[in-house]
Amino acid sequence: MKLYLKIWRQKNSQSKGKIVDYEIDDISPDMSFLEMMDVLNEKIIDEDGDPVAFDHDCREGICGSCSMFINGEPHGPDKLITTCQLHMRRFKDGDTIYIEPFRAKAFPIIKDLVVDRTAFDRIQQSGGFISINTSGNTLDANTIPIEKENADKAFDAATCIGCGACVASCKNSSAMLFVSAKVSQFSLLPQGKVEATDRVLNMVNQMDEEGFGNCTNTGACHVECPKGISLDYIAKLNREYVKANLKK
Amino acid sequence: MKKITYSLNYRKPKEEYTENCELTVCVRYYQKLDDGKHKVVKKSTGVKCKLKDWDSDWHKAENRHPIKSTDSNYLEKNRIIRNKSIDLHSFIKDLKPLKNISSFNSKVPNGPLHLKWSNHKNDVRLVSPANKRNIDIIVVGTGLAGGSACATLAEQGYNVKAFCFQDSSRRAHSIAAQGGINAAKNYQGDGDSVYRLFYDTIKGGDYRSRESNVYRLAEVSSSIIDQCVAQGVPFAREYGGLLDNRSFGGVLVSRTFYAKGQTGQQLLLGAYSAMNRQVARGKIEMFTRHEMMDIVVVEGKARGIITRNLITGEIEKHSAHAVVLASGGYGNLFYLSTNAMGSNVSAAWKVHKKGALFANPSFTQIHPTCIPVSGDYQSKLTLMSESLRNDGRIWVPKKIEDAKKISEGTLKPIDLNEEDRDYYLERRYPAFGNLVPRDVASRAAKERCDAGYGVNKTGEAVFLDFSSAIIRYGKEKALVKGLDTEDMDLVKSLGEGVIRAKYGNLFQMYEKIVDENPYKTPMMIYPAVHYTMGGLWVDYNLMTTIPGCYAIGEANFSDHGANRLGASALMQGLADGYFVLPNTINDYLADDIKTGPIPNDKPEFDEAKKNVEEKIEKLISNKGSKSVDFFHKKLGKIIWNNCGMSRNETDLKKAIKDIQNLRSDFYNNIKVTGDKNSFNESLAKALRVADFMELGELFAVDALNRNESCGGHFREEYQTKEGEALRNDDDYRFVSAWEYNPIIEFSKLHKEHLDFENVELKSRSYK
Repeated sequence: MKLYLKIWRQKNSQSKGKIVDYEIDDISPDMSFLEMMDVLNEKIIDEDGDPVAFDHDCREGICGSCSMFINGEPHGPDKLITTCQLHMRRFKDGDTIYIEPFRAKAFPIIKDLVVDRTAFDRIQQSGGFISINTSGNTLDANTIPIEKENADKAFDAATCIGCGACVASCKNSSAMLFVSAKVSQFSLLPQGKVEATDRVLNMVNQMDEEGFGNCTNTGACHVECPKGISLDYIAKLNREYVKANLKK
Repeated sequence: MKKITYSLNYRKPKEEYTENCELTVCVRYYQKLDDGKHKVVKKSTGVKCKLKDWDSDWHKAENRHPIKSTDSNYLEKNRIIRNKSIDLHSFIKDLKPLKNISSFNSKVPNGPLHLKWSNHKNDVRLVSPANKRNIDIIVVGTGLAGGSACATLAEQGYNVKAFCFQDSSRRAHSIAAQGGINAAKNYQGDGDSVYRLFYDTIKGGDYRSRESNVYRLAEVSSSIIDQCVAQGVPFAREYGGLLDNRSFGGVLVSRTFYAKGQTGQQLLLGAYSAMNRQVARGKIEMFTRHEMMDIVVVEGKARGIITRNLITGEIEKHSAHAVVLASGGYGNLFYLSTNAMGSNVSAAWKVHKKGALFANPSFTQIHPTCIPVSGDYQSKLTLMSESLRNDGRIWVPKKIEDAKKISEGTLKPIDLNEEDRDYYLERRYPAFGNLVPRDVASRAAKERCDAGYGVNKTGEAVFLDFSSAIIRYGKEKALVKGLDTEDMDLVKSLGEGVIRAKYGNLFQMYEKIVDENPYKTPMMIYPAVHYTMGGLWVDYNLMTTIPGCYAIGEANFSDHGANRLGASALMQGLADGYFVLPNTINDYLADDIKTGPIPNDKPEFDEAKKNVEEKIEKLISNKGSKSVDFFHKKLGKIIWNNCGMSRNETDLKKAIKDIQNLRSDFYNNIKVTGDKNSFNESLAKALRVADFMELGELFAVDALNRNESCGGHFREEYQTKEGEALRNDDDYRFVSAWEYNPIIEFSKLHKEHLDFENVELKSRSYK
């Protein structure tokens, strides 16, 4: 396949970026999208240029590092996958592909396609945990039975990989889906209920402080989420938030 | 004092040679040590010289050469030996006077096996909470081992500085572990116990691990599950609300706890949330996108590290009272592996170069069920969890002509009759069947494919087939629901539903990569590098041979012997981080309560920093023509072809030479573009590959030294008539712990003999 790439190049967080054109040949349909980027970078190095910087690590859809905005969609055209799981068979010979970073005020660009998502970490630090020390003599794991349905729902929420596609796809750059996943995971489990009130208030507060936008229920986040995290969790977050405010 | 000279390699007294005798010229490195001893290493240059042409006083004048002009080819020969000495010089440049390893003691406590750990916990010294506040600990790596250690140490009151090269500690590669975590809970009432988990692990590791460490691991395993559940890790549950279990290779009980095919993710997020709580309290200072470049040893103790900020390129000095390495394994040595792209050996290797022993480097786990390689562009391999072998059956065609037809695409695997399929694991190992340990399953797949029965274009794939499980589950479901069990379409769709609930994400991953529907046609799989049992040598306290430097998780060697059982990596990572290290490190730090803050302006820090900067300068300013990936791929090929699933003396010797040549090519021809003071992934990668180039040689040296087959280390010379691994307990019942030498071939071997007092040494059988 021959492809025409239009890639966002930006030297660092201070400088101005622009779209740069690249042409690339001999792309096999069995390549993953990132392997296509590897081929491009080898070519750029060969020509003494600075390779395109992008985040990636596990390349099997679980670490949440990769974060490209491809043809107007985070993680590209396929659903329920990350960029590293996207394969070139999804494109046709002669296609033009636009590749940009995830864009949000709370995700400043570091270089090219690499953005700073530490805002997510700070939201988690504000309350995304259960306050329990490591002692080696907590309750036996089977002391509290947990209804399978709740355990499964908690698990589904917990599969969030923290990639930020929800933010990138949202016209308001809202992080509600991300926050709702963590809040819901814990509030569905008996161990997490104890601190539910403070958790939801702190996390929502931190989310606002980081500069993420508000949720207007467009649902774009759910469509683009590589793990298919459901909008139901946003509804749950709203309920938890109201409940917590009433309590306080 | 150090110097490099040339000499002739006399093999008998000088007088016995005549002037026409030809001898090999060696480069000779001499170093005088602090304790009056000296160190000499010699390396052949391959150049021969007649005695009469040799000028031993060549250095006394400018225009004289070691090989005199009477030799017809003297210019060329002198050039070669000079280049060899330059090569040697670049190896030893960063060499510090080596200390003889004195404290090579595993420090296993006395007493009966089952009391060792509890007695030891009572014996070690403690540090009071008030003093902990004045002590800093550096943790490198934030996967399961590092993350859990950071959280626990911070909870105890220490000041933790955590480093990871990823943009968040949640992205460490533990996240990709799929199948599960073992624990001797015996919730299923199937006869499991701490002893059985211990025994299975020792046996699975082919009797090459330390009894006391393995027993401790089994002992704390059940606390891990309690801790994780308390943290909110959503493990799979049964309808009664209790935890569910499944079975893994090499065992006959169900002791594996899981969260679909994402157990690693859930456990890591558990550790990550525990860390976050401490970050919020200010007890953990996070340094993301930072890579460790070197360790700093002051007065014999690990006192800090040098890091590179991956965004700004800044080289930083960080000091602490102790340094904990949780930097993972080195499977990426093979280029293609199931490791993440960034996983590397550099942190461990730098520590090794400063005096820590490196144990069993060649013990590598080749995982039997990975998606096969499809082309040269491939950057990594994807694992299909071992849990799939609970329900999948592995087979190849019985007839070689059928295998040909399938690989050419003229015959579909589902059209091949049952009697024409060879379920070779069930055939060879009736007792364990498809659930034999990983090393056994991998070799069996290789054996079939080498014999020509491979089922894809490259001839390197076997089938993993779920059709019988789909029908079995479907019938059960139909029966429960009162539906027609003879309606095959219905049965199949019900069965697929069950399989989807169990392994849905794995099947989806497979479909995305291969573009085939694994519910309808069998998966194709082939072994791939997955985990490294070898690593930094540690004692019972998990301390390396550098005082104050600890290694935990995959970075150390301690628990898995020559082969790791499935679902035990997560167990070891969390055991080390949550329960072992936080107890043992107190004993060491008890000496440091009065030390006060460790300054980072000592000359040792500045020198280490300077060395790092020089190394970076050298790579970035080299006017070469080949990218770092070019060299990494080449290195991977050498290792995979010569030191992979089966090894022999000839190949291993060839690998050592090939790696030496590749390494000098690397330093001459590497090209790193971009800027050293900004985000530059090719520079980061070049630094990592430079260390792989050195480790690779030690890897081959270790494999060559071990003249036996055990676990994942299969030497073709040592096998039974049936092709099973043949261990040699009389001569090789030891851990190979290597002491660094700038000429890696000459690394010194220390042996830790393994005593088995609680299990009988048997040849491992899964038949």
